Amino acid sequence: MAINTLSQLAVYSLVVGFIMTFVVITGFAYTTLLERKLLARLQHRVGPNRAGYIPIPTRGGKERKLLGGFMQPAADAVKLFFKEDMTPVMVDKWTYFLAPIITVIPAIFILAVIPWAGFVPYITPEGRDYFAIAPGINVGVLFILAITSISVYGVVLAGWSSNSKYAILGGIRASAQMISYELAMGLTVLVPVMLANSMDLGVIVEGQRGMWYLFLQPIAALVFWIAALAELQRAPFDLLEAEQELSAGFTVEYSSMRFGMFFLAEYMKMIIFCALFAVFFLGGYRGPFVDQVPALGFVYTALKVFLGLCVMIWIRASLPRFRYDQLMSFGWKVLLPISVVNFMIVAVMIVLVEEGVLGF
Amino acid sequence: MGDPLVFGILAIVAIVAALMMVTSRNAVHSALWLVLNFATIAVFYVVLNAPFIAMVQITVYAGAIMVLFLFVIMLLGAEQLRGTGVSSRGERFHQAVAALLGVMLITAVTLALMNREGAGGGTAVPTMPITSPQELGLILFETYVFPFEVTGVLLLAAIIGVAIFTLRKKRGTAV
Repeated sequence: MAINTLSQLAVYSLVVGFIMTFVVITGFAYTTLLERKLLARLQHRVGPNRAGYIPIPTRGGKERKLLGGFMQPAADAVKLFFKEDMTPVMVDKWTYFLAPIITVIPAIFILAVIPWAGFVPYITPEGRDYFAIAPGINVGVLFILAITSISVYGVVLAGWSSNSKYAILGGIRASAQMISYELAMGLTVLVPVMLANSMDLGVIVEGQRGMWYLFLQPIAALVFWIAALAELQRAPFDLLEAEQELSAGFTVEYSSMRFGMFFLAEYMKMIIFCALFAVFFLGGYRGPFVDQVPALGFVYTALKVFLGLCVMIWIRASLPRFRYDQLMSFGWKVLLPISVVNFMIVAVMIVLVEEGVLGF
Repeated sequence: MGDPLVFGILAIVAIVAALMMVTSRNAVHSALWLVLNFATIAVFYVVLNAPFIAMVQITVYAGAIMVLFLFVIMLLGAEQLRGTGVSSRGERFHQAVAALLGVMLITAVTLALMNREGAGGGTAVPTMPITSPQELGLILFETYVFPFEVTGVLLLAAIIGVAIFTLRKKRGTAV
């Protein structure tokens, strides 16, 4: 596919962006199902199995039910849409209506720079090395950091505008938590950037041709994963919606699809952070035979994202929630020093290797 | 250099956001308009072919600083301006000083633009396009290394000052 002018590139990005957003929103629907099913299995339950199944007749006259529950996301969506959309009287109207939207938009923004596959003929424009909505952005990593730094607004505004003490406590906890863990995340993200010598996500993926950065930098990978969980407010860092203390945190005054949008953002960000972890540490779209059949890149990305999602759900099922002071001291006194020291060691090592003192 | 149409739209958004930020009676709304203003400035940087500065603008200003602002406003509960539109004497004085400074700024900028060679308005085109982060890093650490270091020392002093103030409050003794 040849793309020459700027407007052609814009149209290309729009089309690809529309498709990828649609794919990730569908992914969101099925991530909720995956989470409920997997959590249920981990807790020795069955999970949702009523909505939709593929009947397979057996000889005894009874039919076997295959894939029970695969229509559950659709049922959930219908339920959310038809719930009454209530607006509490004393809320700050504008911010109350804007907050769910502001929460979803950054999640969609990050999609722009994630490489989903390598150069695939016909669908990747010529001259670009990988398939993404906006391939070849030379500040891709910074873009991600910038967007994560503004994604805290939705939660904070939702908490504040609801005019409820539970909501505002949730919102303030959220902002403190996200600011604290952003630092550690930013510093660990720099490690793959230094190793690949580029901020372009595609170059970072190609830099892992020989070996995944997960094996080169296990500490950075671990810190990134923990910080990502905290950014996502996933268990064990989900104390801004600690049910026992805050009923439901910042979402407590929201109903219907406005409530659903917070979940849309949360699960989309889960998918996106798993994709980012794959790009930074698991070799992104690279895998066996991907050089011969570039379209396999989509499969490998999807597999790695799926794996990441399963680990997240597994963590949620196994670990109890942190206390607030534990969360803060863990972020500032453990994660941040580790990432700073790790970052400096990597920087010194890279210089030593370049100078030829250390041979590799 | 960007399209004049793009520039026009962005300029309108930026100016409206700035005006709304000043006139809004609710501190949280003001903060949000300021965020929009910062974000628009970031888009300006992208249009001017400086994506690195744009990203830093969003991370530092629209992200970190404004989140702290919001945090402070919410914790202090200072969302609403007191009073019912009738300004006190002090407030009137502040308004007069602000208006004077604003007029001075606009005059200065207009004069500077008019005295530029090849008269006419418009934004300055950077003589040396800095597009990639690598180039920016090299310039920062080779050509401008002294100002860079001085800024670093200044920021460090600020951080140490904050640490000393909080410690003093906590222990009740001077450090």
